[in-house]
Amino acid sequence: MSELLKRRFVDQIKVLFGAEPTKPKEISPAAQQIHFYKKGNRDLIAEKLHARAHAEHKNTWRNRRWATLLFANLLFTLSFFLDIQILEGALTASRFVGFHLIDLNSALQVMLAHKHIINNLLIGTGTVLILWVLLGGRTFCSWVCPYHLLAEWAEKIHVYLAKKKLVTDQTMDRRLRTVFWIIFALLALATGYTVFEAISPTGILSRALIYGPGLALLWVLALLFFEVFFSRRAWCRYACPIGLTYGVVGIVSPVRIIYKLDGCFHEGDCRKVCLVPHVLDTVIKGRAVEKEVPIGPDCTRCGLCVDTCPTGSLSFEVKGLSKLA
Amino acid sequence: MSKIDDDVGGDNDNESNSKPPRPPAGNGKPAVSIAKRQTNRRRVLRTILLTGGVLGAAMSGFLPLVYAQKKRLRPPGALDEKDFLGSCIKCGQCVQVCPVSAIKLADLIDGVGVGTPYIDPRAQACDFSCDAVQCILACPTGSLTYHKPDFLPVRPGAALAAKPILIAKQNDPEPTLNMHERIGVARLSRPEACLAVQGKGFKGQTRGPDFKGQLRYMTVDRWKPVKVSSHPYDVAECDLCVRECPVKGAISIETVFAPDGSKRKSPVVHEPCVGCGVCEMVCPVEPTAITIEAGEVWKI
Repeated sequence: MSELLKRRFVDQIKVLFGAEPTKPKEISPAAQQIHFYKKGNRDLIAEKLHARAHAEHKNTWRNRRWATLLFANLLFTLSFFLDIQILEGALTASRFVGFHLIDLNSALQVMLAHKHIINNLLIGTGTVLILWVLLGGRTFCSWVCPYHLLAEWAEKIHVYLAKKKLVTDQTMDRRLRTVFWIIFALLALATGYTVFEAISPTGILSRALIYGPGLALLWVLALLFFEVFFSRRAWCRYACPIGLTYGVVGIVSPVRIIYKLDGCFHEGDCRKVCLVPHVLDTVIKGRAVEKEVPIGPDCTRCGLCVDTCPTGSLSFEVKGLSKLA
Repeated sequence: MSKIDDDVGGDNDNESNSKPPRPPAGNGKPAVSIAKRQTNRRRVLRTILLTGGVLGAAMSGFLPLVYAQKKRLRPPGALDEKDFLGSCIKCGQCVQVCPVSAIKLADLIDGVGVGTPYIDPRAQACDFSCDAVQCILACPTGSLTYHKPDFLPVRPGAALAAKPILIAKQNDPEPTLNMHERIGVARLSRPEACLAVQGKGFKGQTRGPDFKGQLRYMTVDRWKPVKVSSHPYDVAECDLCVRECPVKGAISIETVFAPDGSKRKSPVVHEPCVGCGVCEMVCPVEPTAITIEAGEVWKI
């Protein structure tokens, strides 16, 4: 990894905790050459218009992701409903054919609140930690979390209403998520009660899917209502501590989206579909520090940008392995 | 990114009167226009509002602790309430393994913490038909446990003198349940309504034909609990609570002296009672004459 990418890696971690992405101070000569070549290049602009006009609308990764998300959540439901005992429990803690799996954030809350860690808790947390280090940290959010799917649909409504000028996206300070993470950790530690678990829409939805609906779903509805009419993807972007926990895991994960400067037209379609557009700051004209730049740990690896990109400049990559798509 | 078109005109006036526009590039930072600053300020306000909203909702999570008037019966092996609430990860694995579906997860209005397990013994008691207290085995966090960690105290009277002997497996090499503490204790809360006290018998389906509760009847099938409604009774003197109690020596019909000095029959709860609630479930009078006091300890 070049010195520039190392510096960028540190910046990306700051962005994960809520810092605004900044313009790079230094850009490698190779990247600079491409930036310069693209500047005011009429041929390139014509090519870009042509490519966009003919871009195929793909939903490849989205469909794979939705299928995975539904399958994982239905497996919980069916395991209980049909008593086939493949995946017992809920998203907070479960057993996959006997192996303990425990959600990292829930485990953290319990450890802080109870201050006593039994073996099963440790084993389950360790297994899940390894799993998501291998799979990409916030991959959990977009590929497993049931709230993510509902919020994705709410986001579609929000974007539609915004286009009709009926609502505007009220953005907030992203540092709030880090603040919430600390507040909920301290509350658990001080009160000995897992406060966040009471309002976690992930937990509430997962339990509702498995054990039947309850009134706690009203809170989830309130969040979705807020996201449709006031603030795009507010919970996932500005509040959810689970996202931050998995984001931290994603720092060391080899699975990520990689950006290739070469073919990019900088038209910004990827940033429009992205749940966390701040991670895609590198695609803005003149910002990429190298010819290839990996996207930061706050990325949920949902693949919407990969589907949307008309030039194939964004793709999944497993560090050290050949390209996936 | 987005423009804000809500009207905060008054605010705007205040701002421009009280402070002059920021001098350009005064402290090395780029100049910020008044409009941009306003947008930023509104953003901060919104952020504070969302913080308040989420934390307010989070505080509602504490309501069960404040308002819990009636203690709910937790599954066997549960830690004391406060420790239980801190350690339960709300996954429902205890719910999934229970063969009689005695364990339910609490909802928002149940007042015991969203997603935490409880037992309503009148509707479906724990009859230990799993033999090994499966819910404790399933618990991933030690909320339900065979052995409390050293730093958690055992309340006086909560400890069982000996591991309870399960009548269903009293001929097995290991007849006991691996439990060291009771989850509650049965009490004859309405002796005047008790059929045994009145010297009455009972004939028919206890709790009526529509009752969904299940119980393991050793005379029917050791391995399969059946509906209580499918098992009618005909007893000359009601002793259903004693007859169906799964724990050896936990309850018996004794002759007691009423306040007026007359001799009466009455169910008497003994030290081995773990608080499973089968007596409450099968009691034929409405409302029940015998109840489980959740988290209470046994007293003579």
